Amino acid sequence: MSSQTSNPYEILVDIQNEISNENQCKFRDSMVKSIYTQAEAIAEKVVTKSHTKKYDWDHKLDDILTSKFTGYPIMFFLLGLVFWITVTGANVPSSMLADFLFGIESKLTTLFMSVNTPQWLHGILILGMYRTLGWVISVMLPPMAIFFPLFTLLEDLGYLPRVAFNLDKLFKKAGAHGKQSLTMSMGFGCNAAGIIACRIIDSPRERLIAMLTNNFVPCNGRFPTLIAISTVFVGGAVASHYSTIIASFFVCTLVLLGIFMTLIISWGLSKTLLKGVPSSFTLELPPYRKPQFLKILYHSLIDRTIFVLGRAIVVAAPAGLITWILANVFIEDLSILSHMAAFLQPLAHLIGMDGFILMAFILGLPANEIVLPILIMSYMSEGAMLELDSLQAMGDLFIANGWTWLTALNVMIFSLLHFPCATTLWTIKKECGSSKWTLFAAIMPTLIAFITCFFITQLVHIIR
Amino acid sequence: MGLTCQSCGKALLNDKFNIKLGNHEAFVIALAGNPNVGKSTVFNALTGLKQHTGNWPGKTVTNARGHYTHKDKEFMLVDLPGTYSLLANSVEEQVARDFICFGKPNATVVVVDATCLERNLNLVLQVMELTDHVVLCVNLMDEARRKGISVDLDTLQKSLGIPVVGTTARSGEGLTNLMDEVHDISLGLKITSPKNINYSKDIEEEIKGLVPKLENIFGNTLNPRWVALRLLEGDQTLLDSIHQFLYTEIYSNKDTEVACFYE
Repeated sequence: MSSQTSNPYEILVDIQNEISNENQCKFRDSMVKSIYTQAEAIAEKVVTKSHTKKYDWDHKLDDILTSKFTGYPIMFFLLGLVFWITVTGANVPSSMLADFLFGIESKLTTLFMSVNTPQWLHGILILGMYRTLGWVISVMLPPMAIFFPLFTLLEDLGYLPRVAFNLDKLFKKAGAHGKQSLTMSMGFGCNAAGIIACRIIDSPRERLIAMLTNNFVPCNGRFPTLIAISTVFVGGAVASHYSTIIASFFVCTLVLLGIFMTLIISWGLSKTLLKGVPSSFTLELPPYRKPQFLKILYHSLIDRTIFVLGRAIVVAAPAGLITWILANVFIEDLSILSHMAAFLQPLAHLIGMDGFILMAFILGLPANEIVLPILIMSYMSEGAMLELDSLQAMGDLFIANGWTWLTALNVMIFSLLHFPCATTLWTIKKECGSSKWTLFAAIMPTLIAFITCFFITQLVHIIR
Repeated sequence: MGLTCQSCGKALLNDKFNIKLGNHEAFVIALAGNPNVGKSTVFNALTGLKQHTGNWPGKTVTNARGHYTHKDKEFMLVDLPGTYSLLANSVEEQVARDFICFGKPNATVVVVDATCLERNLNLVLQVMELTDHVVLCVNLMDEARRKGISVDLDTLQKSLGIPVVGTTARSGEGLTNLMDEVHDISLGLKITSPKNINYSKDIEEEIKGLVPKLENIFGNTLNPRWVALRLLEGDQTLLDSIHQFLYTEIYSNKDTEVACFYE
C-alpha cells in the first residue's frame, strides 16, 4: 500500500476530502440521531418516575414560556407589566420626594439670604448643584426602587434564562453567539456590566460583536429618561385613564426597537467587518425556584439602586455645577451654554431636536442619568425660573421651549441609540484592548442614532 | 511509520496536557461529565486537598487534577471540562475529547445526573465509543429519590456493558464502590465490553470500508471505528489534533521542567 510511504495525516485528509460536504452533514445528523435514540431507549428501560406534580408543572411551564408562538408575546407582556408597575407606582413617591427636597431648597435659600451669601455662590450651590441632585433623586429613585426588585424577581424565578433561550435563535440568525442574549440582558442593568459579561463568549469575533452592540439596550441610566419623557408626552397625549398603560407600552416598544437594532447591527457586522460562522453552545435551563423576597429586596435596593443612585449623584453634582456656570457666565449678551447650543442648533434641527438637547447629550457623556437634569437646568436658566416639582412641570417646561411629540420621540430614540457613556467606553477599551474598536463603539451608534432621527424627522416633515 | 512509541505516553501527558506525574506508577483517571452534575463534588470528595490547577496548554480552559490512594495504589484524577458531548463543538469538548483520546487515561469516570439520565447518557455513549475503560458514576441519587425517580443500576450496567456505581458525592455515599471499580479497571482486573452505538445502514457500510485502512495507519493507537466516524462527519478538529498529538515531536525534557516550574 502506498500509505506506507506518505504521511498518515495527509491520507486522513484525503479520505475526508473524498466525502462530499453534503454527505458529511447528512452523516453527522444521522449519527447524532442514533446516539440520542439509543440514549433514550436505555433511559426508558432503567428510569422509573413516580409522577410528582412539581416535575410536570416545570416542564409544562417551560413549554409555554419558550414556545414559538407564546414565548415572545409573554416576554413582551411581562416586560410591559414591569414598566407599567414602575410608571404607575413611581408617580406618588416621586412627587412626595420632590415636594420634600424642593421644600428644603427654599429653606436653604432663606438661610443663604440671612447670612448674606453672594448671589453667585447661592446660584452655584443651590440652583446648580442642589437642584440637579434633587431632580436626580426624586425622579430616579422611585422607579429604580420598583424596577430593580421586579427585574430581580424575574431573574430569581428563573425566567431570564428562558428569555435568553427564546432570543438565542435570533442571535444565531444574525451571525452572533447565542450567549449574546445573556450579555444583552445584563446590559439592561448597566452597559458596562454587560460588556464585562461578554467574557463568557469564547470566540473573539462574536465577543466583539456583543460588545459593540451592547449599548442598544437601555441601561438603568437611560430608563428613567425614557420613562419620564414617555409618561409626559406619550401617556399625556391620551385620556388619563390609559396614560400609564400607553406610556409603558411605548417604553416596551422602544426596548424592542433596541433589541431589533442589536440584531440588525450584529448581522451587519458579521457580514462585513467581522465575518464568520456562529459557534454553538448549550444553554441549560435551571429549575424554577421560589424567590427569596428578602434577599431580592436587599440585593436590588442596596446593591443596585443605591449603587446606581450613588454614581448618578457623584456625577450629577459637578455636572449641575458646571452647567449652571455655563448657563450663567455671559459672553457679550449670550451665556456660554447658549453660544454652544447655537453652534449645535443647525445639526440638531436636522434630527428634530434643538441645540440644548444635543448639548445635554454631549455633557451627559460621563453618565446618561444626567442628560435630563442638564437639559432642565439649561432651559430653566434661560427663561423664567419655575418650580420644578413634578413630571408635568417638566413637560410644561419642555413644551414652553418648543418641544412637540416629534421632539420627544427623537430624544427618546437618540437616547436609546446614541454613544455609550464614558464608563462603558472605558470598559470596552479595557476588555478589547483596541483604541480603534473603542472609537468605533462610540461613533457607530452615534451615526445610527443620527440617521434614524434624521429619517424620522424628514419623513414627518414631508407628510406634513 | 513515524508514530510516537507507546512508552512515551507519560511524556506526552507531561508535554501536551501539562500533567506531571510525581509517581510514575500512578494511574491516570479522567473525570468526564455534563455541567452541573456534581462532577466537582466527586472530584473534591475523592482528592480532598491534594489538588493542583492550571490551564490546558494553549487553552483558556481550567485543568484541575488531584491525587488519592486506594488499596495501596496511587491514582491521579484529571477533572475534564464539563461537556454535553464529545463532538468538538466547543473548546471544552475538544479538550475533553483530546485527553481521553490521546492522553490515554487508565480509566475514564463519567459522572451523570440521576435526575436527568437520558440527556446525560449521550455523553456516556460517546465516551464508550472512544475507550473501553469506562466507569459510570450515577450521581445525585439522593435528589433523584426526593423527586421520585428511581434508576435501575443493574439493568443500566447490562445495557451499557460497563461498571455502574450509584453515588451521592455530597454525603460520600457510593464513593468507595466507585474507587473499587476504578481500581479494578485500571489494573485490568475487570474487562469491560461497552456496547457499540448502532448507526444507520449507510454509515455502517462506510465504516466497514474505512476501518481496514485506518487499522493499517494507527495499529492500536486509536480506535479505528471511532476515527472512521469522525472522518465521515467531516470533523476537522480531530485531524488537527491527530497531527498535533501524534506527529509533532515532543519537546525536550528541559523545556517541560521550566513549564512545570512556572505553573
